[in-house]
Amino acid sequence: MSATNTTPGASAAPLLPVLRFLQTYAVAVMIAALIVLLTILSDSFLTLQNLINILNQNAPLAIMASAMTLVIICGGFDLSVGAIFAVGGVVAAALALQVHPVAGLIAAPLVGMALGFVNGLTITALKIHSFLATLATGLVYRGIAILITGGTLIPVRLDAFTWLGRERIGPVYVAVLVLIAFAVILTVVLNRTTLGRKMFAVGGNEEASILSGIRTRRIKIIAFSINGFAAGLAAAIAVSRISLGQATAGTGMELEAIAAVIIGGTSIYGGQGAVWRSVAGVFMLALVNNGFNILNADPFYKDLTTGLIIVAAVAISASGRRN
Amino acid sequence: MDETVTHWHEPGGGGDNATPCISLRGVVKSFSGVSVLRDIDIDFKAGEIHGLIGENGAGKSTVGKIVGGYYTRSGGALTVFGDTVGHWDPPQALARGVAMMHQELQLVPDLTVAQNVFLGIETSRAGFLAGDEAARLAEIAAFAGFDLDPLARAGTLSIADQQKVEIMRALAREARVIVMDEPTSSLTHDEAERLHGVMTRLRDRGHTIIYVSHFLDHVLAVCDTVTVMRDGAIIRTGPAKDETKASLITAMIGRSAKEVAYPELPPEPRRSGTPLLSVHGLSTETGVRSADLALYPGEIVGLVGLVGSGRTEIVRAIFGADPALSGTVEIDGEPFDERSPHAAIARGLAMVPEDRRKQGLVLTQPVRANMTLPHLGAFAKLGLIGERDERDAVARLVDYFGVHPNQVDGQVVNYSGGNQQKVVMGKWILGDPQIIILDEPSRGVDIGARRRIHEFIGETARRGAGILLISSEIEEVMGLAHRAYTVSGGRVTGQFVPRETTVDKVIWRLFHEQDQQEAKKSA
Repeated sequence: MSATNTTPGASAAPLLPVLRFLQTYAVAVMIAALIVLLTILSDSFLTLQNLINILNQNAPLAIMASAMTLVIICGGFDLSVGAIFAVGGVVAAALALQVHPVAGLIAAPLVGMALGFVNGLTITALKIHSFLATLATGLVYRGIAILITGGTLIPVRLDAFTWLGRERIGPVYVAVLVLIAFAVILTVVLNRTTLGRKMFAVGGNEEASILSGIRTRRIKIIAFSINGFAAGLAAAIAVSRISLGQATAGTGMELEAIAAVIIGGTSIYGGQGAVWRSVAGVFMLALVNNGFNILNADPFYKDLTTGLIIVAAVAISASGRRN
Repeated sequence: MDETVTHWHEPGGGGDNATPCISLRGVVKSFSGVSVLRDIDIDFKAGEIHGLIGENGAGKSTVGKIVGGYYTRSGGALTVFGDTVGHWDPPQALARGVAMMHQELQLVPDLTVAQNVFLGIETSRAGFLAGDEAARLAEIAAFAGFDLDPLARAGTLSIADQQKVEIMRALAREARVIVMDEPTSSLTHDEAERLHGVMTRLRDRGHTIIYVSHFLDHVLAVCDTVTVMRDGAIIRTGPAKDETKASLITAMIGRSAKEVAYPELPPEPRRSGTPLLSVHGLSTETGVRSADLALYPGEIVGLVGLVGSGRTEIVRAIFGADPALSGTVEIDGEPFDERSPHAAIARGLAMVPEDRRKQGLVLTQPVRANMTLPHLGAFAKLGLIGERDERDAVARLVDYFGVHPNQVDGQVVNYSGGNQQKVVMGKWILGDPQIIILDEPSRGVDIGARRRIHEFIGETARRGAGILLISSEIEEVMGLAHRAYTVSGGRVTGQFVPRETTVDKVIWRLFHEQDQQEAKKSA
């Protein structure tokens, strides 16, 4: 700015607008590029059915990534959602058999929310970093899931149970409708409510938030509870779809969800982000997957490609931070 | 002792003392557009102890950090041992024999004295540590005249001993220039004298010490040369033997540029009846010791004290930002016991914290979200924010304070310091608070913003609110406050009426109180 400023290394300034644009729209640009590329390379890609299937298959992950966005905006991480997904699934299956199929589907998100609440309490009361706390609670939850099943699979072949994961209303799967409703609600919460505003503030500057009278612990507990709810909801859809409760379900899903959030451009440092981007991040990962399948490409390159995309996304996020 | 140092590097003592080992020419420094050093010319000669003194914010530490490589200068030339250097950072400085000892010591508490001294320069054999630190340490300890257990863990040592470790660390890197930033601030009188002994010994062996301090007695006791700074400029440099405490204080205070006109003082408040805020016997773990104070409606009360006196800690405890160990706070005569920032805001308190970027603003959020953050409930129905009301309220405040750029959704991270501060002010006035705590409200802001903030303080008091004003610039308190307390060692030590005294007298008093605290510490 000032003419007397002769400090070397101030040349990064012109890159700033480019970075800002990338941080906001990189995921949309990449999705567009992938769609064009796959359309050119394969006839079977750009069919309505294929796109609907991609969306439907990934609805549970997208629901989890949507809620993970809130946790990451608050400056946290949640590594336990894969295990919550498993607990939700086996609880749904067990209750469906023993009580009522619908009771099982309703119970899964509620159990998930309770486990998320426990995460929030652990983090705020013991003042441990969420990364560590949820690594530990995730192991505990996975153990609970195994205890519930006793190590066996729980098959549930009841129409009153499988509709959520399999039925459609018109051309659209119920699962996709649930995803859309959930993502819209979270978007409204983030951008229109006092709760959302406080989440951005807590992740952006916790000390300033505390001094502004925000009870930051409460905000974090709510974010983790919503995240647990989402994992349970995703589990209800998934277990209903495959009509099978199993304690090993959802392994690794927490990392997929976090990856999708980061690819979407939500800042890993907290304070910035949007739900639609995370859903787009899931879609983006799914397109890479789908592309490898329909092109019959060597699947060895799939993880490599996905990894490189994540590195690029984090690099963009981090460079924005430095500036 | 001399036998043990025969093969120990002897710095360039006995050389030509007239040649400066470090020179600054036309050095300027600014932080986010605010100038903190202006056109600094200074020479540090080989084999001298050179004191840098000045009021808080005069720029003395900044000069030290530029020499040590911790701050990048914004302009001007730095010459080190005859070479004009370009980019200058701590590793480069160390490589050229310039070390810095920080106010907050930077030792690894779990490592031993010897390991700390040689951290990063351990000798190794084929990649394995040779483990000869203790032996190497003995040479340096003998040279400096220290007697420390090389195997003691650094974290278990007293501050004074930790400083010795830092000094040895500098010597182990063959530093010929050591910058010491307020080294005596946590030392007892005796410890400080011993440190001075070490400094003298190092000087006699040809080392140069740059001694940044606000303890004038310490500086006069040990320095060869003293440089007085004020408002980011050098007032004078001269032999210490020609200076007295009085001459230094006069030079530090000056009668100068800062004499901007202050707005007219609001009418004198009535101090009968219940105070708006009264504090009794407040103590905290952060160092507040049984503080008492009162604030009446329409009153502007200053808190003055030197760095580390506990002013900020007192107001943080009142606001509930730090827990109190004991004591009571009353608002309008009603007890305010369950203190937290949340409860404080509900009771009509506001606090503009001293560090606006770390404590005041959420830099990832725009102006609007920052201003309404403590008052979201007022704009919301069932948790949904009424955006139109919110925008209107923020637009009014942006206009009221003259925030530039004049945007409700401006990105506050890109704003100048002064405009950021206006946003923080707006954030707090939005809740129409009855008690406003302002901690360094005009630090690092431009003259226009400063004036606007001063006007705001007056306007708010006229409306009947009470204001607690902390400022390191005593002139500011003198110009704005009806009444002021002196704070020292975490205690409120007295009060005065600014119009009935002078800046010089207040500063004398603060230094006098500091001496008394020192005396108590060493007793």
